[in-house]
Amino acid sequence: MSCTVRIASPLHSYTAGAARVEGRGATLAEVLGDLEQRFPGIRFRMIDEQGRIRPHLRLFINTEPARDLAAPVRGGDTVHVICALSGG
Amino acid sequence: MSTLWLGTRKGLFALRADARRRTWKLTGPQFLGHIIHHVVQDSRSPRTLLMAAKTGHLGPTVFRSADRGRSWREAAQPPAFRKAADGEPARAVERVFWLTPGHASEPQVWYAGSSPVGLFRSVDGGERWEPVAGFNDHPMRPKWVLNGTPDGELTHSILVDPRDPKHLYLGISVGGMFESTDGGADWAPLNEGVAADFLPDPNAAFGHDPHCIAQHPAKPDRLYQQNHCGIYRLDRPARRWERIGKAMPKKVGDIGFPIVLHPADPDTAWVLPMDGQTVWPRTSIDGRPAVYRTRDAGRSWQRLDRGLPRAQAWFTVLRQAMCADAQARTGLYFGTTGGDVWASTNAGDSWRCIARHLPEIYSVSHAA
Repeated sequence: MSCTVRIASPLHSYTAGAARVEGRGATLAEVLGDLEQRFPGIRFRMIDEQGRIRPHLRLFINTEPARDLAAPVRGGDTVHVICALSGG
Repeated sequence: MSTLWLGTRKGLFALRADARRRTWKLTGPQFLGHIIHHVVQDSRSPRTLLMAAKTGHLGPTVFRSADRGRSWREAAQPPAFRKAADGEPARAVERVFWLTPGHASEPQVWYAGSSPVGLFRSVDGGERWEPVAGFNDHPMRPKWVLNGTPDGELTHSILVDPRDPKHLYLGISVGGMFESTDGGADWAPLNEGVAADFLPDPNAAFGHDPHCIAQHPAKPDRLYQQNHCGIYRLDRPARRWERIGKAMPKKVGDIGFPIVLHPADPDTAWVLPMDGQTVWPRTSIDGRPAVYRTRDAGRSWQRLDRGLPRAQAWFTVLRQAMCADAQARTGLYFGTTGGDVWASTNAGDSWRCIARHLPEIYSVSHAA
């Protein structure tokens, strides 16, 4: 299952500057695992050691927010990695 | 060549001096926008540096340089707690706060301290980190950190006895000081004599707030501590800390974050007092910053403020933001929350500002 992953700029150091990459997997967890294989270290910056999405990150599948890494991803979907930070 | 590595809230900077330490050149930023809590040179391999970093959005990690900071590579497995079992609190490292090289006989070993409280060890030079179960899963740990602060307790001042790689100390703010004599398999509090005037029990065995603890490299039985409640010295094997801050001027008090030791003389130390009254401003006292030095192990203190601002300077110097070098005329350096770096090349007798307008400075470490 192939999808598009939009990578937020704080993570571009892992994707050699790419803002969109291809992802493979039937769930969000599998897509993130696939990214980790190709861009080592990227998953831990987004997901903590207990499997939780880090507080200042949001994941969307197409236009729907995804709070569970078990969320299904279908072929052609776009997974958005969005950073959320307040303050200076 | 002297280099000062500056970890700031917005990136990594370096100040490099000429041989006489008269001219300092600022370079950087590297990792602009990253939050750099600690940068430490490997005492066993001076080309190597480790750096504790995160960003506002992303999780915490560690970077390693093998070429004196010219290039950096991220750890393959950053410090992380083990996966929680059902019903257990699911702890996650929010920030790597402290880094310490291991014993000289273990050249690839490093220790890291985190917030929330956690201790981690690498045996491959900082590439892969494992939780130290003897500390992180100690049955008393939940009680040790029970009175922690809402924005996360800090694990700091990880000390490795230069005579024995299995003899370790660490500080928890808030939690107290702890000692292990078996390489981290078991730990015990070491807080006797230390005030904890914010606790209901003034004689509590733990729950204290050490801000910074230092072990003298030439006399490892001597420990100094700048605590939330005073300045202390402990000469092992004794277990009771002596409040040497009582010899500070009453109007100044003995509250602060850093304590720095002379590299060769175990009787000489420096502190930088801050305002710990009422609501804890934690700024320079009366807006007039000063370093205080003892040359007699804390029996007396001397104010050192020549060259420092005379008034209306309300900065704070955090626990990792003051250090000494090992030159014959001791260099002392501190960075402020206002982004200035101050230097003395005469053991604190006089000071000058060597960098301004940087982001909030979290750590200043000297690299030879």
